[in-house]
Amino acid sequence: MSIGMTEFPVHPGLVLIGGGVLLAALHGRARAAAILALPLLTLCLIWALPDGAVWRDELLGYAITPLAVDNLSRLFATIFAIMAFGGGLFALDQPSRIEVPAAFVYAGSAIGVTLAGDLITLFVFWELMAIGSTLVIWSAGTRASYAASLRYLMIHLLGGVVLFAGITGHIADTGDVAFVRMAPDTVAHWLILAGFLINAGAPPLSAWLPDAYPEASWSGMVFLSAFTTKAAVYVLLRGFPGTELLIWIGLFMVLYGIVFALLENDMRRILAYSIVNQVGFMVTGIGIGTEMALNGAAAHAFTHIIYKALLLMSAGSVLLMTGRRKCSELGGLFHTMPAATICGIIGALAISSFPLTSGFVSKSMISQAAADGHMLYVWMLLAAASAGVFLHAGIKFPWFVFFQKDSGLRPPDPSGHMRWAMYLFSFLCIAMGVWPEPLYGLLPYPAQYEPYTAAHVVTQLQLLLFSGLAFFVMLGYLKRTPTITLDADWTYRVLLTRLSRHAMRLARRAIALATATTAAILQHATALIERERSPNGLLVRTGSTRGMALWVMVMLVSYLVLYYV
Amino acid sequence: MNRHWLDDPINMRLLWRVFLYGLAVVVAAELAVSTHPHFAIDAVFGFHAWFGFLACAALILAAKALGLLLKRPDTYYEHRDD
Repeated sequence: MSIGMTEFPVHPGLVLIGGGVLLAALHGRARAAAILALPLLTLCLIWALPDGAVWRDELLGYAITPLAVDNLSRLFATIFAIMAFGGGLFALDQPSRIEVPAAFVYAGSAIGVTLAGDLITLFVFWELMAIGSTLVIWSAGTRASYAASLRYLMIHLLGGVVLFAGITGHIADTGDVAFVRMAPDTVAHWLILAGFLINAGAPPLSAWLPDAYPEASWSGMVFLSAFTTKAAVYVLLRGFPGTELLIWIGLFMVLYGIVFALLENDMRRILAYSIVNQVGFMVTGIGIGTEMALNGAAAHAFTHIIYKALLLMSAGSVLLMTGRRKCSELGGLFHTMPAATICGIIGALAISSFPLTSGFVSKSMISQAAADGHMLYVWMLLAAASAGVFLHAGIKFPWFVFFQKDSGLRPPDPSGHMRWAMYLFSFLCIAMGVWPEPLYGLLPYPAQYEPYTAAHVVTQLQLLLFSGLAFFVMLGYLKRTPTITLDADWTYRVLLTRLSRHAMRLARRAIALATATTAAILQHATALIERERSPNGLLVRTGSTRGMALWVMVMLVSYLVLYYV
Repeated sequence: MNRHWLDDPINMRLLWRVFLYGLAVVVAAELAVSTHPHFAIDAVFGFHAWFGFLACAALILAAKALGLLLKRPDTYYEHRDD
């Protein structure tokens, strides 16, 4: 491979992937040290990269750029590396030897996606991400996680095929592999958009996310929440900004996430639906497509990764210490788990965009962009959804897990490094909320946004506090029941299974019928032949010579006639 | 079992009262602060308060209605994924 550079910068994503593979062989302190050091090394390498196309090469006659950097890719690569560090710190005790190495391969591939300057490189890392994440789910080691990981892989391989078809078409159409801004104007671009949207958790296949992620281990879901959907947000930001369809897809995701989360009883499925909801805000921002909206989507991806990981660390601590995941079996845990409770509340406040938390300084940019563009309905739906976020994630999660009725459970807080991971991410949630300038400095466009105006603080507090009032006033309607809610995964888990069983039954019946009919026909034929081979039968008796001559003549005449026709 | 201060009904009532005062304060604050409306509807007094409340009520009712149709016991998939 010839690299078009005088010096040779290392690819940060490949370092994390390679390190992850080696990590599987390490034990004890060396393993722990490597888990903490690898993401930090990756982060340093990301920041050491110069802007522009860093690696250039040629593949199959196409000019590829496996390593290219700008503000947008650096922002996402940075948050992915921070996430790998926080998740690794949280998962130091994870008994599975596969999970953290798989998670690092997964994180490294996500970084590879953000640093890919061409579609071929992007596709390779995209598929590696699917493999890494499937292994993370699978490594939980339960029957349910095995089945869920296969369903998850099925959907992502499907998405991969769609994306690959799109990329091939794009290359055939344009002769260029560079990953540039596109519009849904050709079949190839529609396929690329569909491949991206499947990973973003967009309809109609969004159910893969709440189906698979909550089956991962207590630490596995912390990793899973961050990379796949946000890598999809990144590629949409770069590939399809300003595509109006994305506004409506995003708004659907926002509302779908809230309604299904409100119905959910499993604490981590609540948070999984909440991922779809949050990615919906980002997709809407990408659809609006102004600099303010795109900055908002990018900033929101950054802050979201941290507070969603924090919420899942809090939920993961509860799962590890109690072995329970259903809200109907939890409650009253604040008595003995103060760290998980307080960190969970900080994550809940951040996801709800309370002033002084990270969500407040990021999500509001998207609403602001809708208002600036005079999109009344988009703006109102975003405001309603912001209220709904507080409802389903901001209050529902902490209330039903840590408060509500006392379940009598008195588990202690988790071990030291798990708490430290939560403290670190809690700190980041508040620090970014209080001091947003460093985050704004990382955004793809020059940020001219001031979140802390009196009007913004007052209106946001009105929205949130009255949502809180609605929650407690209507608590009776939100009572947890040991139920699940059918989602689109029902079509391939039940409907298609049922249909294929019916088809099999029909096929079996058809085969049986055909066999019986053939046997009957054969039997009749045999009997007929037997009969005609008897002394007086047609095949044995002798005919007259005159008759034979007549028949031969008839045949010859018909031959003559046929010949001239 | 040592009781947490949140287990005390007196403190809970106090928290509720603080919350209700908070609601009143953020609505009253609109008298002192111009909210820079972008449209006609958010110029209505206390828009974010009543809109937030109504939006949440609507979302809860929508979820409830959807639940009637799509809720199943949580053992529903247990024997179907083999």
